[in-house]
Amino acid sequence: MTIHAVVEAHGLTKRFGTFTAVDRVDLHVAEGEVLALLGPNGAGKTTTVRCLAAILRPTAGQARIAGHDTVAEAQTVRHLVGLLTEFPGLYQRMRPPEYLAFFGQLHEMQASHIRQRSEQLMRQFGLWDARDHRMGEFSKGMQQKMALIRAMIHDPHVLFLDEPTSAMDPQSAKQVRDAIAALRREGRTILLCTHNLAEAETLADRIAIIRRGKIVALGTPAELKHRLLGDPLTEVRLTQSIDGFLSRVTDLVEIVDHGETWFRYRAARAQEVNPRIVRRLTEAGHEVVAIGELEQHLETVYLRIVEEERAGNE
Amino acid sequence: MNRTAVSTIMRREMRDSLRDWRIVAPILLLTLGFPFLMNTTALLVENFLRQYNAVIISTHMIPFGLMVVGFFPISFSLVIALETFVGEKERYSLEPLLSTPISDAELYLGKLLAAVLLPLVASYIGMALYLVSVMWNLRYHPTPQILVQVSLLTAMEGLVMVAGAVVVSSHTTSVRAANLLASFIIVPMALLVQTESILMFWGRFDMLWYILLILVVADLALVRAGVRTFNREEILSRGMDNLNLGHIARSFRDFLRSGSPTHGDTNAEPVPWWRRLLALYRHDLPRLLWRERSTLGVAALMLAAGVGLGAYYAWRYPLPQGIIPLDHLTDRILQAQGSPVTPGWSWLPAISTRAIFLHNMRVLLLGALLAPLSFGALTLILLLAPMTMVGFLAAQVSIVGGNPWTFLAAFILPHGWLEVPAAVIATAFAFRLGAVLMAPPKDSTAGEALIQAAADFVKVFVLLVLPLLAMAALTEARITPQVVLWVYGR
Ligand SMILES: Nc1ncnc2c1ncn2[C@@H]1O[C@H](COP(=O)(O)OP(=O)(O)OP(=O)(O)O)[C@@H](O)[C@H]1O
Ligand SMILES: [Mg+2]
Repeated sequence: MTIHAVVEAHGLTKRFGTFTAVDRVDLHVAEGEVLALLGPNGAGKTTTVRCLAAILRPTAGQARIAGHDTVAEAQTVRHLVGLLTEFPGLYQRMRPPEYLAFFGQLHEMQASHIRQRSEQLMRQFGLWDARDHRMGEFSKGMQQKMALIRAMIHDPHVLFLDEPTSAMDPQSAKQVRDAIAALRREGRTILLCTHNLAEAETLADRIAIIRRGKIVALGTPAELKHRLLGDPLTEVRLTQSIDGFLSRVTDLVEIVDHGETWFRYRAARAQEVNPRIVRRLTEAGHEVVAIGELEQHLETVYLRIVEEERAGNE
Repeated sequence: MNRTAVSTIMRREMRDSLRDWRIVAPILLLTLGFPFLMNTTALLVENFLRQYNAVIISTHMIPFGLMVVGFFPISFSLVIALETFVGEKERYSLEPLLSTPISDAELYLGKLLAAVLLPLVASYIGMALYLVSVMWNLRYHPTPQILVQVSLLTAMEGLVMVAGAVVVSSHTTSVRAANLLASFIIVPMALLVQTESILMFWGRFDMLWYILLILVVADLALVRAGVRTFNREEILSRGMDNLNLGHIARSFRDFLRSGSPTHGDTNAEPVPWWRRLLALYRHDLPRLLWRERSTLGVAALMLAAGVGLGAYYAWRYPLPQGIIPLDHLTDRILQAQGSPVTPGWSWLPAISTRAIFLHNMRVLLLGALLAPLSFGALTLILLLAPMTMVGFLAAQVSIVGGNPWTFLAAFILPHGWLEVPAAVIATAFAFRLGAVLMAPPKDSTAGEALIQAAADFVKVFVLLVLPLLAMAALTEARITPQVVLWVYGR
């Protein structure tokens, strides 16, 4: 038996009139994996998610959730999926418990189960004390958290989160990130649309970058960095001037940059290379203050991809 | 269809409406206050009329009051419908619903019922209050028929408004724009209620059954159209549409032009107007007429049905002998404006080319205006009416021993061969203005379809119908009377 990807898309395409919002997207998200979907405004993230959640019908191609086709078995797919929409869209005149009861009923849950799950989720997100207030009085972040609870009320197999932390203060955002991390530990499959690159990097197993409806890069954060930025960058700081030392290591590494008392190099296999460099430095009588890998930011990767694409298109 | 899901949606919507004082306050006021106002009015009228010994009027007045008392609360179903269907889209609360396993039809039905039920309950409470008070004060006892009729009419009117609101507002994303479009529902509704009141004052309560039938048909059509427009795909992919007059004008112009050979290449040498006109007649018109051959067929069938209906009426209600004086027609009789026995129509309307032409044009244009408001039904009825008259007269002639074919050949044929095709064509294209709203062609919204149909109508009307009508009018005024006198004259 082959193990299906929980979320799969093949040549997924969605057109609005003559405008192609999603263009032949192929995606596979494995059980328990968190995939972040990154991309500029209007790239097609929300539209992709709507197709995957069986809300919009693809113009061409197909998508499956846990092996169920999103068009032929739309109802099943909607049972399996929890969707946090881009805008919370709460009913302002309702209170949290009756709101969650309403969505629980639409998912055909038992009343007692709904109550128990509502309480658990509201406590987890720090909304329990606000349960007697109308949701119209909630702050933006509270509304977003409430919407997330709504998406999770029926304990879905797969979660689609469209910009879950976009309106939140740092503490609320952390609560949501912790929740996502917890869901990931439980083995839940998650597709996360976000503009927050740090969030994508810490939470996601893999990252897909989408631009003008097309997936233009896909891989783990490390893979993407390696592909776009090259080998990891290491910096060495010395107590004295480096003098003529650099010429002695050009057979091992490529020196990228240097100053009076420091230099940086790229090396594919740091475990092998770094000890040898340190040994040569000691042999030459240099004293090492620090040696370490420089953090390369996903932001650099992202901007490079998005800009490369733009240059290619113009 | 899962009934639990429908009722879950419905109950939530109703609870939400009940929490909205902008809806509850006016409904309460109208439901509880208005019956007493109407009751007072009834008392005043009753006392006034009693002086003239015309107590019988109150039996017409009170059902009318009952209808009005019921109509005010039910009209709120329109407001609620716009809130629940468009307002939800505007506030982004629709998409979470669309992500649940509920089906499009269940969602539609739940919202539809919620929008109708609350105002309907209010209407019935108001009507009950009114009835109790007039029974108490005036010793009036309504017949069961009136009670059933007014209750059903009120419910069906509510449903028409809600189902219509869904169709009409499916192209807007804001409640404000939807409110503007809602006049498409309010205006025909107001006309309908006026018709109902006139029928009630005349005491023609039997005719109310026909109105009820029309409403039921409209309900079915609108609900069907609503199911087509209110689904996930339409809601989310049409989300960007907006009411834009400039855009409407532009697409109307494009539709008017499309098909003509100059379309598209603006750099081409200017084509002289007569060549363009010629092309319109040689290509556009035949293409349009051929494309709409089935609609033309329906209009022609309607015409035949009209004649048949007229003949049937003639057979059921023959006129007394001697009313049709075919034996001694003279110029004087022909030109008389109606006769005492048959008021409302005369032998030959107003015998002037201009008057005939303008009259025919007005009637056909009225048909086009009524089409979008009635989904084409009133347009067909407008064609049916004169044809019923023709059938009626021809059959009467045959009943009094004349030859109906001679009658038709003399009175109708000379101008009819021009006028009848003009009427059929105009009716068919006007009918489309209503039909496309109910079943827009694939890949276009009801709005686009309406604009296209309007452009088609204008084209056919100006190029074909008006010339035909002009020739027909000329013939009818100059030649038909001569033929009639020559055949029947002594
Ligand atoms: N209903 C619609 N009709 C026409 N075009 C649409 C519709 N919905 C989305 N689009 C277009 O499709 C493109 C993709 O939109 P989408 O909402 O998927 O982008 P996104 O990546 O989610 O953007 P953002 O980061 O701003 O949320 C946009 O250019 C948008 O204008
Ligand atoms: Mg988006």
